[in-house]
Amino acid sequence: MNDNLDGSSPARGVSAIAPKEGGGFPNPGLAPHVHRQADSDKRAERRAERVVAGLFLLSVLGTAVFIAAYFLVTPTGTNIFAEEGSTRAVWWSNLITGLGLAIAVFFIGAAAVHWAKTLMPDEEMVEERHALRGTDETRQAAAAIITEGLQESGIGRRPLIVTTMVAALAALPIAVLAPLSTLGPLPGNKLHHTFWKAGMRLARDHDGTPIRAADVAMNSIFHVMPEDLTEETEHFLEERAKAAAVIVRIDPALGKNEESLANGHEGILVFSKICTHVGCPVALYEQQTHHMLCPCHQSTFDVTDGAKVIFGPAHRPLPQLPIEVDAEGYLVATGDFPEPIGPSFWDIHKDK
Amino acid sequence: MKLGAVGGDWLDERVGGGGLVKFFARKIFPDHWSFMFGEVALYSFVILLISGTFLTMFFDPSMTEVEYDGPYEALQGMHMSRAYESTLYISFEVKGGLLFRQMHHWAALVFMVAIFVHMFRVFFTGAFRKPRELNWLVGFSLMVLGMVAGFTGYSLPDDVLSGNGLRVVDGLMKAIPIVGTYISMLLFGGEFPGTHIIPRFFTMHILLVPAMILGLIAIHLVMLVAHKHAHYPGPGRTDRNVVGFPLFPVYTAKAGGFFFLVFGIITLVSATTAINAIWVYGPYDPSPVSAGSQPDWYMLWTDGGLRLIPGWEFTIFGYTVSLNILLPMVVYGGLLAFLALYPFIEAWVTGDDREHHVLDLPYNTPVRTGLGVAWISVYLILAMAATNDLIALKMHLSINDLTWLFRISIFVAPVLLFWITKRLCLSIQRQKRNLVLHGEETSRVVRTKTGDMLEIHEPLDEFERWVLVQHDDFRPLKAGNGVSALRAKATSFFFKDRIAPVSPAELREAMEHAHHEKHVIDEVTDGDYRIPAEKAMH
Ligand code: HEM
Ligand code: FES
Repeated sequence: MNDNLDGSSPARGVSAIAPKEGGGFPNPGLAPHVHRQADSDKRAERRAERVVAGLFLLSVLGTAVFIAAYFLVTPTGTNIFAEEGSTRAVWWSNLITGLGLAIAVFFIGAAAVHWAKTLMPDEEMVEERHALRGTDETRQAAAAIITEGLQESGIGRRPLIVTTMVAALAALPIAVLAPLSTLGPLPGNKLHHTFWKAGMRLARDHDGTPIRAADVAMNSIFHVMPEDLTEETEHFLEERAKAAAVIVRIDPALGKNEESLANGHEGILVFSKICTHVGCPVALYEQQTHHMLCPCHQSTFDVTDGAKVIFGPAHRPLPQLPIEVDAEGYLVATGDFPEPIGPSFWDIHKDK
Repeated sequence: MKLGAVGGDWLDERVGGGGLVKFFARKIFPDHWSFMFGEVALYSFVILLISGTFLTMFFDPSMTEVEYDGPYEALQGMHMSRAYESTLYISFEVKGGLLFRQMHHWAALVFMVAIFVHMFRVFFTGAFRKPRELNWLVGFSLMVLGMVAGFTGYSLPDDVLSGNGLRVVDGLMKAIPIVGTYISMLLFGGEFPGTHIIPRFFTMHILLVPAMILGLIAIHLVMLVAHKHAHYPGPGRTDRNVVGFPLFPVYTAKAGGFFFLVFGIITLVSATTAINAIWVYGPYDPSPVSAGSQPDWYMLWTDGGLRLIPGWEFTIFGYTVSLNILLPMVVYGGLLAFLALYPFIEAWVTGDDREHHVLDLPYNTPVRTGLGVAWISVYLILAMAATNDLIALKMHLSINDLTWLFRISIFVAPVLLFWITKRLCLSIQRQKRNLVLHGEETSRVVRTKTGDMLEIHEPLDEFERWVLVQHDDFRPLKAGNGVSALRAKATSFFFKDRIAPVSPAELREAMEHAHHEKHVIDEVTDGDYRIPAEKAMH
């Protein structure tokens, strides 16, 4: 009962195939063929021929447009539709070269497909399939060749060679580790520290000017970098990627976290801008709710509560940069972030 | 005619071309619109090769800092990498450069759409069954490599979006226990972003990954020829033949022509529709990010899980385990593994080790079809979750509510959709059974002498009927006798609601009944089945 339909018994054991009652229906064979118009009508055939030829000619036209556009509608030089070198010129150049090429290739395709559909035979043909499995003789011969070959190599009789061969082949991949290890430095304590140091001024991102406490209005937000971090600094971008921070100012009466307030200055708080989820810049600040929102996966941090996570996939609060005001009234860091910034990693809580 | 008469002597005597022609030219390929998607994938890959080669002539994969002094005014004087600058150069100064950039990107999107649709065509029609399991795995690897190709390419221009994509990948890698930070340092050649990642991705993008894809495509097609293409059920089609049109000339013209059609459409879209306008985003800098920044569509699903997971992370012996990252990755791995392994799972359930060359109609395999739909629903929910900020903005919803909606639906939707799909398939099967037994309704009703109403049915001819009765039937197995309890449960899950195809005996009985009915109808109508209006016309 559990046989395959072709009567063989399944190699994998019992099958769930339900045999067909009475062997099922017989296959009726191919249905009779219905002819197309162009098969019998000479006029229809000639019409189809002309259409195909017309489509091929359209393609030639497209090629001509494409080539002409390369000289007449260029992005920076001659352009018959727009001022030389303008953004419009780029747009026109793209459009006309593109249309030319599109026409050139599309109509070759359209012609070929129309040709095949109307003029080439549309009567289905049948080809027999053959089992992929070799005949029993072939399989036996193959097995014999392999056994014989194995015997000739003496693999069964020479355990010493086999063992050392396995050892050699197992050892070789370890060699790959050597070049791999030169792809980059070890992490060391790099991820545990940023550019910030005690006494470093907070400067506006991009124009680099330092910020006075008095400049920070209630509910405002500043994107900041360490003042000393400039384009001349070694590893400029890497340092920026870790040092980026934001200044927010809240009414201290709203503060829910004493320690966080103490690390700030009269409600001016500075947090790392790098999301503790997977590291996007946390760029959006909702002034009414005092929430910072990461645009990547919407982790939401409450700045009145030490930037604790209140929604989304991040787990750790944004690390807070401790600050004070220097003699000239500028905001300065009193040290680095107290813990690593950005995404969590295995040994993030280990001191390094 | 002789080979020499068609100019083939020279080649045949050098490479045995005659044998090749004899072997290939009259190979039969079956015809169906759903077989087109694999072709689209192949052709868009060719377009990627052509347009990508053009781009390599002008693109400079270097992260050296430069100051921009090109024609695009808004960026003049800004610091940027050579990679970004050369992409601007391609876009604004190279003749046809913008066109080829946009063609490359559009072709990449089409490539991935085609791969996915093709994969699910194969899934829903059971084309992965013996002997095609290995080719399914090759195709699966191509899908994964396509994503790698797309991601590495997307990262090359070094604009804000591509940089943020890399930053997310960096964060994901760091979360891997023990080795995460090492892997990140090795990949980036130091701390993120460093100056190595773009040259490294460039080598992967234009050499390593395309070479692998090309090799796998070759294997894919060689296996296709060895297996011969599967065909849909139809009269005259069996597991031992293939019915269709010859490679030469019909398919050469159709498929060759189709390549040019795909090429033409991608070019038309690229001529008229901007994509990845990197000058709007600006060069990569670790500090700014724009809201609503999304990856290319085929990477969306990998971002969705990251948005849905709550902030779960714990510390054990002072070491941190970020479930908020690891769990989504496990889910992604599970989704992919399910796809890769499905042919083997199903073969284990059915125990069917025959060769299959006639495709299944999806409604004849309700559980498989249901599972496929459930998989797609999870995939789409993940992809939609990755655009939750855009959806929230468009529909004026709160992101938090929307996130909760997705969190719930990712559990509910697959189960619900599985059930609905399965029911739908079963009811189609029932309806097809009726069709076979009772024929087509003609909407012509006659009243018998006893006052009963009888509708006249037009029986199917044997060719129409064959398609509806040819499919295989499976039934659940009982545990014991070589069947494990687990497998018995699995067969019950798959086949307990089976609807058996019509058997010849059933049809005979139905026909006898119909014959009797026809007798009654003939008495009333004198054998004239035309309705009164039709009679009046004559
Ligand atoms: C295998 C499939 C491939 C996919 C899915 C793919 C995808 C992409 C994508 C999405 C981009 C970003 C384009 C943009 O700037 O908008 C890109 C860039 C690029 N690709 Fe590919 N690509 C593929 C194959 C290739 C090949 C074979 C080559 C070269 C032989 C190539 C060369 C390039 C170059 C040079 C760039 C950077 C230039 C630029 O962005 O303007 N790609 N690729
Ligand atoms: S990176 Fe900020 S929420 Fe994911």
